[in-house]
Amino acid sequence: MAVVFQKTKGLTDVETHYCPGCTHGIIHRLVGEVMEELGILGKSIGVAPVGCSVLAYNYFNCDMSEAAHGRAPAVATGIKRILPDNVVFTYQGDGDLASIGTAEIVHAAHRSENITTIFVNNAIYGMTGGQMAPTTLIGQRTTTSPYGRDAATTGMPIKMSEMLAQVPGATFVERVAVNSPANVRKAKRAIKKAFEIQLEGKGFAIVEVLSTCPTNWGMNPVKALRWLEDNLMVYYPLGNFRDYQEVENA
Amino acid sequence: MSKVLMKGNEAIGAAAIAAGCKYFFGYPITPQSELPEYMSARLPKIGGVYLQAESEVAAINMVYGAAGTGKRVMTSSSSPGIALKQEGISYIAGAELPCVIVNMVRGGPGLGSIQPAQSDYNQATRGGGDGDYKLLVYAPGNIQEMVDLVQLAFDKADYYRNPVMILGDGMMGQMMEPVEFKEMPKMDLPAKDWATTGTQEKRKPNVINSLYLAAEELEQHNIHLQTKYQEMIDKEIMFEEYNMEGAELVIVAYGTTARISKAAVDLLQAQGIHVGLIRPITVWPFPYQAIKDLPESAKNILCVEMSMGQMIDDVRIGNEGQRPIHFVGRSGGMIPTPQLVIDKVKEILNGGK
Repeated sequence: MAVVFQKTKGLTDVETHYCPGCTHGIIHRLVGEVMEELGILGKSIGVAPVGCSVLAYNYFNCDMSEAAHGRAPAVATGIKRILPDNVVFTYQGDGDLASIGTAEIVHAAHRSENITTIFVNNAIYGMTGGQMAPTTLIGQRTTTSPYGRDAATTGMPIKMSEMLAQVPGATFVERVAVNSPANVRKAKRAIKKAFEIQLEGKGFAIVEVLSTCPTNWGMNPVKALRWLEDNLMVYYPLGNFRDYQEVENA
Repeated sequence: MSKVLMKGNEAIGAAAIAAGCKYFFGYPITPQSELPEYMSARLPKIGGVYLQAESEVAAINMVYGAAGTGKRVMTSSSSPGIALKQEGISYIAGAELPCVIVNMVRGGPGLGSIQPAQSDYNQATRGGGDGDYKLLVYAPGNIQEMVDLVQLAFDKADYYRNPVMILGDGMMGQMMEPVEFKEMPKMDLPAKDWATTGTQEKRKPNVINSLYLAAEELEQHNIHLQTKYQEMIDKEIMFEEYNMEGAELVIVAYGTTARISKAAVDLLQAQGIHVGLIRPITVWPFPYQAIKDLPESAKNILCVEMSMGQMIDDVRIGNEGQRPIHFVGRSGGMIPTPQLVIDKVKEILNGGK
């Protein structure tokens, strides 16, 4: 019988620890498929963050390094500078990248490190039990914003893609979501491009992926996807924010 | 090979390159900036990488990534910068990665001063990061020894898969002395088959990691680390003894204060006062046994430090309550003179008068 679909070689055979309905699994699969399709599994080195995807080093079927909280872009820099012919990527959540690791991500972009960053934004700290993130929406209830996030005391949600697009060294910045089959396909195209840019030696590429957290949002998976569409995708519009080809042609 | 006159910070860089280190990640801070400056000039010429990180925090995490590739890598800083690196140092020790970290100590606490000090002894030997980990810490007494120890440090880091620290001070970094770069004996080192260099789809993925979510596994990991540290205690302790036989008092000092103390020992000897010196060269592991086994003639111990007294705690451990331990030191970037040491020795020998 002809095989029409199978698991990507980009992921190991380990069962993940992600909660039911969490979209980390889809994003992992997309990254794994892209590595397999580009034929780079044997030369890829991934850097896992601290947060829900801390155990990503068990799931990607390539060499992995587990970084301290927020430091993945620095760890990736150290690897890539020594092994420029390898492919180096970071996989980070919004607490990791948009809070404790802002200096590292901004300066990796600023130096245009030739690495790829997958930034999973679900607007909450999942692993530690649903605390407020810099990306948490105004009014959103979390375990540390029990009355809803208040802009007057905690600021407005940070828009990392818009911010990084202003960094001269950033080569490619795109925001995608994995809420529908069509958007999953678009997300995969963006992730593939972010890896291709590295293979071409063009510099820093980041894909922000809007993701759900049914457990800590307190919703079932279907409702969480709807909430993402009605809220996250409104405040965090999908699209490309920077593309080196456009920059080159400007 | 002939001797060359070099500043301490630059000599460390030259020694690191001689030891096969081509990768340096750092951040400017006085009084060690000549080292990154030297590396920024040399490394690009030999196919290496010098990278000025956005912070000490980033620099040590770049070292984590770089060391994970199995290549020899180094970073350097001074006291408050080392404090910032402590998180990364703990991760590097936990993930069992080899690297060399240089600390040219300046006065503290806080922003402190930029003058020489030894007030990072605890930060170096007790660790500022979380968990049960140890660094092998060399405290050279002159620039030649510093050069020799830098080369040794890379071998030991690879052998133990552990960070090794060179603990100097602003004086060591800034002064110039003639040095010779000797051909060091080749150590038999294990293959770095754990490195993250890409699987080539020919082996299982390698993972660099310090996370063990199962408590039983983390305990086993800690027991494994302790066996390594015990091996260091068994094999790596280095110290110098000077003028010890028949000494009525023994000074314990390392690095710059050991040089000052040696001058005091000679001046006292000329006056007919017999004082010995123990100079720890490794401050972790510390030569406790040497302190325990002082000659019968020695009735007092004097610790000399450029701090308010930190190494003195290790001397207390080694002494096991046998002899009175005294202290003299300067801090904040002030440097003790031989006369200060001489006066303190005479005060002790005169029964505290």
